[in-house]
Amino acid sequence: MPAIPSHVPEPSRTDPALIRNFCIIAHIDHGKSTLADRMLQLTGVVEQRQMRAQYLDRMDIERERGITIKSQAVRLPWAPTHDKSSTHILNMIDTPGHVDFTYEVSRSLAACEGTILLVDAAQGIEAQTLANLYLAMENDLTIIPVLNKIDLPAAQPEKFAEELANLVGCDPDDVLKVSAKTGLGVDALLDKVVAEIPAPVGVKDAPARAMIFDSVYDSYRGVVTYVRVIDGQLNKRERIRMMSTGATHELLEIGTNSPEMLSADGLGVGEVGYLITGVKDVRQSKVGDTVTSQHKGAEDALGGYKDPRPMVFSGLYPLDGSDYPELREALDKLQLNDAALVYEPETSAALGFGFRVGFLGLLHLDVIRERLEREFGLDLIATAPNVVYRVVMEDGTEHTVTNPSEFPEGKINEVYEPVVRATILAPTEFIGSIMELCQTRRGTLLGMDYLSEDRVEIRYTLPLAEIVFDFFDQLKSKTRGYASLDYEPTGEQTSSLVKVDILLHGDKVDAFSAITHKDAAYAYGVRLVAKLRELIPRQAFEVPIQAAVGSRVIARETIRAIRKDVLAKCYGGDISRKRKLLEKQKEGKKRMKMVGSVEVPQEAFIAVLSSDDSAGSAKGKK
Amino acid sequence: MPSALPDGEPVPADGALPASALAGAADRPLGFYLHVPYCATRCGYCDFNTYTATELRGTGGVLASRDNYADTLVDEVRLARKVLGDDPREVRTVFVGGGTPTLLAADDLVRMLRAVREEFGLAPDAEITTEANPESVDPAYLAALREGGFNRISFGMQSAKQHVLRILDRTHTPGRPEACVAEARAAGFDHVNLDLIYGTPGESDDDWRASLDAALGAGPDHVSAYALIVEEGTRLAWRIRRGEVPMTDDDVHADRYLIAEETLSAAGYDWYEVSNWATSDAGRCLHNELYWRGADWWGAGPGAHSHVGGVRWWNVKHPGAYAAALAAGKSPGAGREILRDEDRRVERILLELRLREGVPLSLLREAGLAASRRALTEGLLEEGPYGEGRAVLTLRGRLLADAVVRDLVD
Repeated sequence: MPAIPSHVPEPSRTDPALIRNFCIIAHIDHGKSTLADRMLQLTGVVEQRQMRAQYLDRMDIERERGITIKSQAVRLPWAPTHDKSSTHILNMIDTPGHVDFTYEVSRSLAACEGTILLVDAAQGIEAQTLANLYLAMENDLTIIPVLNKIDLPAAQPEKFAEELANLVGCDPDDVLKVSAKTGLGVDALLDKVVAEIPAPVGVKDAPARAMIFDSVYDSYRGVVTYVRVIDGQLNKRERIRMMSTGATHELLEIGTNSPEMLSADGLGVGEVGYLITGVKDVRQSKVGDTVTSQHKGAEDALGGYKDPRPMVFSGLYPLDGSDYPELREALDKLQLNDAALVYEPETSAALGFGFRVGFLGLLHLDVIRERLEREFGLDLIATAPNVVYRVVMEDGTEHTVTNPSEFPEGKINEVYEPVVRATILAPTEFIGSIMELCQTRRGTLLGMDYLSEDRVEIRYTLPLAEIVFDFFDQLKSKTRGYASLDYEPTGEQTSSLVKVDILLHGDKVDAFSAITHKDAAYAYGVRLVAKLRELIPRQAFEVPIQAAVGSRVIARETIRAIRKDVLAKCYGGDISRKRKLLEKQKEGKKRMKMVGSVEVPQEAFIAVLSSDDSAGSAKGKK
Repeated sequence: MPSALPDGEPVPADGALPASALAGAADRPLGFYLHVPYCATRCGYCDFNTYTATELRGTGGVLASRDNYADTLVDEVRLARKVLGDDPREVRTVFVGGGTPTLLAADDLVRMLRAVREEFGLAPDAEITTEANPESVDPAYLAALREGGFNRISFGMQSAKQHVLRILDRTHTPGRPEACVAEARAAGFDHVNLDLIYGTPGESDDDWRASLDAALGAGPDHVSAYALIVEEGTRLAWRIRRGEVPMTDDDVHADRYLIAEETLSAAGYDWYEVSNWATSDAGRCLHNELYWRGADWWGAGPGAHSHVGGVRWWNVKHPGAYAAALAAGKSPGAGREILRDEDRRVERILLELRLREGVPLSLLREAGLAASRRALTEGLLEEGPYGEGRAVLTLRGRLLADAVVRDLVD
């Protein structure tokens, strides 16, 4: 039975000394949600019978994939085992667990004083967890290392306790061992949170300053903004101001989650809760921004705010052109809940009307595309994802290229492409093949460290474009699935990049243009041209397919003209069949896209453009 | 396995036609197709509705056998009389096809023809054709047919080459079809056709030339030459899928067609339909022209299709079920479709474009007309007739006829 503490301090009247703000850093599948569930139960905020597995994950896709995208905060009352009379308030802040959401993770961490580092006792730490651990260390968070799933037969708690101790700088005996599934050791963990994580420190009488660490659109209530109060106090019904934009809103409701929303009088120093202002769009309530009172508000915002910057772009086109308005509506709706999603209309000669959509990364792209298809019933063609290039011309003008077809003609001085710092964790036996892969992807080795005898951390600088293109699939297949990858943008570099165009019967097909390193252009051209030759049916005339860099043709194939397209026999009994066949062929013809005078089946576009390869890599990052 | 029937609405039990079907009938020629669904063996490429068993039983134990088949078919001719009511038309063409009609006794074929004559009357210049297998006829048989009223005969020759005949599972020996032509001439047939197939796996250009030469040497007044169609579900399709026999490339079919056109026209045979050549207008197959020009025909026999005034229907396929329906006094129709104006327009384009006379441009809508102008510039339609308001395929156009149709019906 959960021990329900007495004398639970109320929001806005909680002594900061009793507050502990923490989050859980864990790899997907290492049991974070199960641990959170167990904590909800143990602290009595969710009764046993209401409990459903992984209470905190909201969206279906997340539940299905077992990943958490949107973070939330839950207020847990907990009286430590050694002193049942002093009920503390534990604010558990759920962090997104994926590489694309590093910035959101960093804001969640900034709302905490400590973190639980949760690692599967059978698998050890993974690259993304390590990256987040470093992020937590940079934020001076107290780290509580925990091994989960110690009830599993395959668990190796001693080995991985050693690994964690090395990383965190503690004694292996200090690593807690729990089973979130059975609840074993979870109460001790809660006690340790109270004992080790520092209480928040802020200035009670200063103007209010609260940091937004998450912002969620709810179709009934509008945007729900999650904040951590640093200084001062926010009170119900006052007007508040967003410091990055200066926009003011009335505070319709303020409160905490346990885990359902409970309204309160306000939130004081160190407290975590939610605000509702009636705004309808998460972009008006940006993660990292500072909230203050409109009247006698703060002068200086809290540090660390960044605008989300899309790193990967892809063209999304409805398979059926008449679905374009639905696609626009669906993107509008998704954007309400996703400040990082940007898009603008785009027209492709080959694919018709669609949108160029910017994403934080491949998982983000994949999640959005899947939601569009599943929740809005749209059939989409997604063009191969590409990164953003900066092209400086000889005359000094500059172009930002988010779509290969916009790559400028003329005299180019320099082309800049984004680069990332990639961290790969893998068993040592794969060092050779990982380095080989990174080398062929234009990587520069930054360093390598052994986490333990048989596990290594390899760091590379890689062009983001190389990662976007099936890197993760390759990494997984070269390491039999053992490697994990994390990357963060670190800037840009100049590179010898060229645009490869594909010409069908002399007409450029915008959708097939790609920007590649000049050494890879030939291979790309040959591969695409050969693929198209297979996919495009013979036409009434000969159709040359060419790959070209500028005016130089680098690959060529020819589709021979069709010479025979006639049924030999057409007598009395054949006529109905023949007319119906004709109707079917006409339908098929409608699904053809005309590129100049060439009929190209939709399937050819899908096969060539489909980002399935690269999307598959995002899916693989479970 | 025989090809599947189309989907359609049910045919009334008495086979009655909507009044619209009979309106203006007097202006349209009427023909009869009589189907004989029996073969001695099934050929590997054939997907026609034919059976090698001599006896098949239908529902209620009705026996359909080769021996009583002619009687059953005559029942359908009598039903046709009832359905067409007081339609005054005499029959312009009768065509007995199969299957292998000549597996039946000559008297059976004559009896079937007699029923048509009795019920409808035959026009004085009526064309009366039967298909014949070179192995199953002799001079006496041919004489009996001629005497019974048949005046045109079509032999399935397919090829002059033994190895090609073997792939096709044809049992006759090379040379026999040519001999048949002479026997038919001797029996008094004015019109004789030889059917040829090109593009059989293993056939070379020279094999094909040899077949054409052999056929022409026999002196028929009509030649049909068909590209081999590998139909789903046939033994040949299965053998190709298993890699036992190579698939013929479309380009090879195109080459063979050009050889056929060159050889036949040099010998005085003019094309009048994509796959048909004749020495004169009189040598054309009038019955097939009824199909291609949207006339009326009644198809009697299992699986046979009919068309009267925009109503198309088809009979049940199995000879047992067919016999059972007629024994119960019911129409053997399995389904029908009533063509809308647009269906008829599309059918006219797809059928008439295959003919030497082509399609009147007045049948085309704006998009179809624009497409026809493109086809003209691409050399798929003849300049001269186009100027006179007709879309007529060039030689290259004939090979791409289906593609042209797809554009013209827009």
